[in-house]
Amino acid sequence: MSPIGLRRALKLHPPSGKKGDEPAGGRILIELENVGYSYGGGELLGDISVDLSPGSFHFLTGPSGSGKTTLLKLCYGALQASAGQVRGFGQDLRRLDRDQMALFRRRIGVVHQDCRFLDHLPLAENIALPLTVSGHDLSGQQENLGELMAWVGLTKRADALPPELSGGERQRAALARAVIMSPDVVLADEPTGNVDWEMSQRLLQLLIELNRMGKTILIATHDLGLIRAAKSQVQARVLRISNRRLQLAGADL
Amino acid sequence: MSKGTIRTLIMADSQADRVVPPSGFTAQLTLFVSGAMAFLAVFALALSLASGRLADRWASELARAATLRINAPADQVAAQTRAALTILRQTPGVAEARALTREEQAALLAPWFGADLPVDALPVPQLIEIRGGEPGYDAQGLRLRLVAEVPGAVLDDHTRWRAPLVDAAHSLRRLALVSILLIGGATAAMITLAANAALAANAQVIEVLRLVGARDRYIAGAFVRRFTLRALIGAAVGMVLGMAGVMLLPEASDEGGFLTGLGFQGLGWLLPLVIPVLGAVVAFAATWAAARRTLKELT
Ligand SMILES: Nc1ncnc2c1ncn2[C@@H]1O[C@H](COP(=O)(O)OP(=O)(O)O)[C@@H](O)[C@H]1O
Ligand SMILES: [Mg+2]
Repeated sequence: MSPIGLRRALKLHPPSGKKGDEPAGGRILIELENVGYSYGGGELLGDISVDLSPGSFHFLTGPSGSGKTTLLKLCYGALQASAGQVRGFGQDLRRLDRDQMALFRRRIGVVHQDCRFLDHLPLAENIALPLTVSGHDLSGQQENLGELMAWVGLTKRADALPPELSGGERQRAALARAVIMSPDVVLADEPTGNVDWEMSQRLLQLLIELNRMGKTILIATHDLGLIRAAKSQVQARVLRISNRRLQLAGADL
Repeated sequence: MSKGTIRTLIMADSQADRVVPPSGFTAQLTLFVSGAMAFLAVFALALSLASGRLADRWASELARAATLRINAPADQVAAQTRAALTILRQTPGVAEARALTREEQAALLAPWFGADLPVDALPVPQLIEIRGGEPGYDAQGLRLRLVAEVPGAVLDDHTRWRAPLVDAAHSLRRLALVSILLIGGATAAMITLAANAALAANAQVIEVLRLVGARDRYIAGAFVRRFTLRALIGAAVGMVLGMAGVMLLPEASDEGGFLTGLGFQGLGWLLPLVIPVLGAVVAFAATWAAARRTLKELT
């Protein structure tokens, strides 16, 4: 599918934030301020400050176990910071109640490291799940869903169950589900984790396409090749976790 | 629970229900338990209705009918009968007192001694039929007066042997009602267990649903609809089987007495239709409470 088709498909599902919300432009979408995260084993992350402004493209890198997934979880409210403050669309995530957290999650798209599908539902229904749970009538969305599935090249796999899919198919399906609500921000945790080079380039192209449409992208990856490939096409900031702190990586990447 | 919540919960939303995987054993447990309980509830209901009817009938017969027997030497029977009738007519609460005719007495004895019985030749006591009014008469006072004035009179007001029966019928009805409550409680407990098991088995599914922006109300609703529907179906089947069982009981008859009167009568046949509805309501409340609790605990 062309970016224009994708744009059309995504525009039909405006984020479910309240009417009269601040426009995406000019406003920081996700903000971490002196965030620390500790657990029984001690401090994993400390004094992390980062802003995701609209339209930006970020990579988050660092060795395995350095806390990339943890940092993303802090961003989408699956974990609570032990210090500092995480704000999403200007709101302190800690203050959101369950319902508000649900509404917040509808405004961000997340590609989880392990994809997180419902194994008993066919792929198309898994991709449409954010629409289903937010009360959209799916019968009016078949065409858009079809375009989205074509965009990630999964049209023929619509009826397959998630356990039947290859790693690359799962990653693409996870990306399609992440963007179906047309969120302003897409957080992707190792989106090219289990796929070969060619497939990882395809996935990267999809994310770059989304960024060109104005979406904010944050990709956690330890794959430096992927970062290099992206830097030739988009202006991306590369953040590295090292010794529990976040640093802006230099031009060596 | 807001009105909107109830509407979303009741509205058939097949797409939403699919997000919870069909879980084998909790589904079967719910179906079986609600079916078995509905089956039992039909009998408890039949028992409570029948014992209620019995208690009412016995109590009203007891209040009304009584018999006065005049056992006297043949030459005094007529005089004592007259005296007794006079006393009865003066007694407040006695609506009617009437001496049975010879033919009537012969008819009463016919089943035992044959139709050709020469009543005149036998020392058969004269019977006086008494119908009490509302309120009834004072049996104890009447008895004392008769002892003094009509030596051959014996008042048989059935109270002595029927009062304990009325009590028994009342306790039987109470027991039946308690059984219905216990059946409801046990159903709620079992469905709560089944719902908890289903919720625990689906912790991963719940987590995924939350990650994609589902509210707790939505997740709870998917489980609640499942269990309510299953309980409704199970209880409907159990109710139909229970009704079939009651229908196969013999017709009510005088000879059979209480046992054959165990079925439903008239509009009473519609009452068991309430059982599946109540089962569904119980399942709804139990699952809703279980889901709210589990969702609060799951972080
Ligand atoms: N709540 C926790 N309890 C125990 N260990 C944790 C907890 N949170 C994070 N960790 C550990 O912290 C490390 C960081 O994990 P993660 O964020 O997944 O790193 P990455 O995604 O960079 O590989 C892992 O070793 C993980 O086991
Ligand atoms: Mg990770």
